[in-house]
Amino acid sequence: MSLSGYVVRRLLQAVPVALGVTILVFLLIHLVPGDPARTILGNQATAPRVALLRHEWGLDRPLPVQYEKFMGRLVHGDLGSSLFYGVNAGHLVLQRLPVTLWLIGLGALFSLLLAVPLAVIAATHRDRLADHVVRVVPLVGLGFPAFWLGIMLLLVFGLNLGRLFPVGGYGEGFFGHLHSMLLPALTVALGISPILVRSLRAGLLEVLESDYVTTARSKGLSERRVLVRHALRNAAVSTVSVLGVNIGFLVGGTLIVERVYALPGVGLLMINSIFERDFPVVQAVTLVFSLLVVLVYLLTDIAHALLDPRVRFE
Amino acid sequence: MAVAAETIAEATLAEHRHGFRRRWYRTPSFVAGVSVLGTILLLAALAPLVTTHDPTQQDLVNTLAGPSSTHWLGTDDLGRDVWSRLVYGARTDLRVAFLAVLFPFVIGTTIGLLSGYYGRVVDTLTSWLVNVVVAFPFYVLIIALVFVLGSGTRNIYIAITIVGWVSYTRIVRGEVLVAKRREYVLAARAGGLSDARILVRHLLPNVITQAIVFAMSDIVLDILAIVTLGYLGLGVQPPTPDWGRMIADGQGYLTTNWQLATFPGIAVVVTALGLSLLADGLADLLRPE
Repeated sequence: MSLSGYVVRRLLQAVPVALGVTILVFLLIHLVPGDPARTILGNQATAPRVALLRHEWGLDRPLPVQYEKFMGRLVHGDLGSSLFYGVNAGHLVLQRLPVTLWLIGLGALFSLLLAVPLAVIAATHRDRLADHVVRVVPLVGLGFPAFWLGIMLLLVFGLNLGRLFPVGGYGEGFFGHLHSMLLPALTVALGISPILVRSLRAGLLEVLESDYVTTARSKGLSERRVLVRHALRNAAVSTVSVLGVNIGFLVGGTLIVERVYALPGVGLLMINSIFERDFPVVQAVTLVFSLLVVLVYLLTDIAHALLDPRVRFE
Repeated sequence: MAVAAETIAEATLAEHRHGFRRRWYRTPSFVAGVSVLGTILLLAALAPLVTTHDPTQQDLVNTLAGPSSTHWLGTDDLGRDVWSRLVYGARTDLRVAFLAVLFPFVIGTTIGLLSGYYGRVVDTLTSWLVNVVVAFPFYVLIIALVFVLGSGTRNIYIAITIVGWVSYTRIVRGEVLVAKRREYVLAARAGGLSDARILVRHLLPNVITQAIVFAMSDIVLDILAIVTLGYLGLGVQPPTPDWGRMIADGQGYLTTNWQLATFPGIAVVVTALGLSLLADGLADLLRPE
């Protein structure tokens, strides 16, 4: 299959999933027990106010009509109006998205800086002490609650050890942002690294046992050259995939970490909106995050197909 | 022929069980996992005997006290005994996590079994639904669901079930797709056994192993989710002690009483480690030789 054929097929596969995501997000309101409008506005709200909201959100119409309306607004970028801020929920999300994207990007970078060397050490020392130690990392690491890890880093680096890092906020300017983001990004990275180490180690072992690496070795290439030029280059393909597949985990992690470090990102917006019972914002964040994941899955698959033509023929 | 096929399938299972008995004590991670988790479960079960105070009893004269002979790990901002809350917290969080894994396990396995076995429309629909649910970041969907359903344990179970069944469906479906082409299933079909009998008596025992192994690591995920919800104030409601809420309450006193946020976190990590070791050991033991 040609690359463009693969891209088209993959795009077509993504459409029903994205539609499904919108259906599930749309249905969220109907999971609210009792009368959603009443529950969201609280017991203090007057009957006309409740009736108005019910009508505004079309809750008094049949489900298919409601969904049609929901999609109609969605394609125009209208994700509903925030009950707390009184502005378009989509705008609120977009406003805070840079902080979250920064955190995801820096977190992903740090996780690679942590995971790749560990995986290389483990794979090149198979079944020896170093390998056993590295294999314990996922076992222990996956049990760390991200928010607790954040609090502990804060305790050590933010409050003690010369107060190296700010305990919260986003800072000013590029370097300010970077400085404020270091601990949160490290927290995100520590959360996802155990998964990466496990997958990367397995990927590297497979590559190191393949025929072309044996050929490279038998040509008399140094082990270092074999590793860097042959094994790692190919293992990089699976790294991209592993990171892509775990984007959901990464995004979920940022949500909690933003709360711990009081970073004004989309995650904190969602959590604050929950306490303000601001349904449209919670719905908008859920939708944006999930569509982001669908997009990243798509891009990962395309990148994978670009780097490794075998994928297209599977 | 069908009877012969059933006998073979049962013999394989019996062999499996025998192998399990023979090797469990020689699998270090299994032994370590059982020991760690066993100790925690024992402490939780014997909570009234191993604690010194009622976990919800406030003592406003003795707030934020350091460790002492009466309060082994000190007291929190409301003067409640931290050790007692930690032990009773294990009761709450472990109970909720174990129960929370049960529903997705049963529902996911059933759907996986049916969609793998019947294929066609059932499978297409299931795969679509699985892909849709997987597109949601785990915590985002859990938090959104608990928000719309309301906090409290019952809604935690519902939220975790809605999010969690997909993993079991994926695993079981994959296993069924392979298993249904194996001789014992073909023989059972040719022998005229009903679909229900083939599914329950022949396929299920052979595909359930992977789901069980996954369930062990899934409990780790669930404990983390429950504790995280507790931390955000959306989980188990006070005054019931819960590790997540304890960490959240302790966060405000990091500079003066660091132990308040630290100990419940260590409890989570140790419990999760015990479960992960158990899952690892179980995977080793159940792997066919």
